[in-house]
Amino acid sequence: MDLQPISGVPALIAITAKNLLIFGGVLIVVAYATLAERRVSAFIQDRRGPNRVGPFGLFQPLADGLKNILKEETLPATASRFFFVLAPLLVLVPSLVTFAVIPIAAPLPTPWGVVDMIIADVPIGILYVLAFSSLAVYGVVLGGWASNNKYAFLGGLRASAQMVSYEVALGLSIIAVLMMTGNVTLAEMVWQQQQLGMWFAFPLSLAFILFVVSAFAETNRLPFDMPEAESELVTGYHTEYSAMKFSAFMISEFGHMVTASALMATLFLGGWDLPGTWDNAFWYQGQLIGGFAQDGSVILAQPTWWKTLLTLGGFAAKTGFFLLLYIWIRWTLPRFRYDQVMALGWKVMLPTALAYIMLVGGTILVLDELGVAWGFGYGLALTAVSGVATFAFIFFIDRGRTITGAAAGAAQKREIKTIPQVSSRPAIAEHAAVGD
Amino acid sequence: MEISSPMTISVKVMHRPEPESTSYLRAALSGMALTFKHMVNPTKVTQQYPEEQTDLHPRWRGTHVMERHADGRPKCVACGLCPTVCPANCIRLVGGEDDQGNRYPIVYEIDEFRCIFCGMCQEVCPVEAIHVGRHFENAEYTRERFVYDLDRLMDQDHPSTLLWDPSDPQSE
Repeated sequence: MDLQPISGVPALIAITAKNLLIFGGVLIVVAYATLAERRVSAFIQDRRGPNRVGPFGLFQPLADGLKNILKEETLPATASRFFFVLAPLLVLVPSLVTFAVIPIAAPLPTPWGVVDMIIADVPIGILYVLAFSSLAVYGVVLGGWASNNKYAFLGGLRASAQMVSYEVALGLSIIAVLMMTGNVTLAEMVWQQQQLGMWFAFPLSLAFILFVVSAFAETNRLPFDMPEAESELVTGYHTEYSAMKFSAFMISEFGHMVTASALMATLFLGGWDLPGTWDNAFWYQGQLIGGFAQDGSVILAQPTWWKTLLTLGGFAAKTGFFLLLYIWIRWTLPRFRYDQVMALGWKVMLPTALAYIMLVGGTILVLDELGVAWGFGYGLALTAVSGVATFAFIFFIDRGRTITGAAAGAAQKREIKTIPQVSSRPAIAEHAAVGD
Repeated sequence: MEISSPMTISVKVMHRPEPESTSYLRAALSGMALTFKHMVNPTKVTQQYPEEQTDLHPRWRGTHVMERHADGRPKCVACGLCPTVCPANCIRLVGGEDDQGNRYPIVYEIDEFRCIFCGMCQEVCPVEAIHVGRHFENAEYTRERFVYDLDRLMDQDHPSTLLWDPSDPQSE
């Protein structure tokens, strides 16, 4: 079989098909993420959630979409009309196009050549992701400002401050990954994780934690949903929006969630990689290789359609896990106060990320000087170093209470034992009996 | 030291942990564990209403029922007590008299929209003819349909309200 990249007319067809399938798929996932959010929140609260439209409520997103299309579009009298309409588009598009650079499965062999399961394998990869995720803040700020509503405006301001703050920590936590891969394309990040024999969540555990927390703040999800804190700001920047424009904000929020989940899966859980070397595939000097032999010669990859399907399933499972984590955390943890969010971002996340970059960089330097081969042992060494760093970080931000954290529980147990003695109820009963 | 009264108020004393001694991480993780337990817990409090019907209380006062004799005539003797006592003035009664001198309702209408379901019509009825019922699903497409005439009141087949427990006369 000739393992050449697809080219010519078939390539155009393949690109079109990939565009339709992946963006269509993302939109469907977004629609069902809204359903999942409502169902999971219901389960967490011992309710059942929407289960009336179709089997298990599976057509609920369709019903919601239909409702939002048919609803009346309102425009506040004093709103700036042009920007008011522009904002939902500005926030919707960046949240979806980010998916273009994320590889979703192993390359698919066809009779006309090998199709990469990625819409655009642009050489700037992660920079493209960061650029577009920053663009979304314009839509949020414009939406809040153009509404001419004080709550919407406050929400927009908070969103801009928060997204700018956490973008720093987000970018810095990615730098650890970049040092490991030596490249910014996401396809290479997957490849390096395959070569390392372990996913970056272990050797870069602290970067993983920082990235997850920053991604939660970037997507404005609880516990960082300052911009739309319902109890303070109505719903923040989209207070004045109704019908499809509101729906665009919701789609973009869930689109951000899906994209961030896919990014977390790609950067730290190996992307579409499944355990084992059978699925490895990477374009190396014009050849689709599956690895390197001991003497440095390449081993050609053997892509098949079932490998593509399996790895797609693996990618979907990892992304789904993070989506569930998003929802799960939203319905568990309370919202931070605004100054706490800012303090965490600037005083904890940023210095930690910087220090961790130094630590990882130093460890990589030492390992390379020692001549440790890029592989499982390399990963284990970094895992040990990162494990210590992660433990120290958690210990520090938890003020040393993580280990002795049972203090509260122990105190509680001690007090419960003393309750019968301090209880005044028997004394009152005795007194009453005497009085009788 | 027994507490003699059976009506002891039970108070659950909640010990809030001191802010300075709390591990946020542990608190967050135990919260996550709690929500996860609820998420996978199959018992839900939601009642699947149209499929699962609520058990109405025996004294639930809902849609009216007119009791009838074995031959199908209404038990009502058109005494006029229920329209008199009705605080919402929702009962319209036109009484008549047949050849044997038995009084019967020619027109008996209850406007279920006006009715406040106090149950006084049932309490006041000397022949136990009109009842409020253990039933609440009386939605209609037009307002006119909410005025129940005599035939419709007699056709209601849901159980009528027990305004007091027959086994406990003092409750009356």
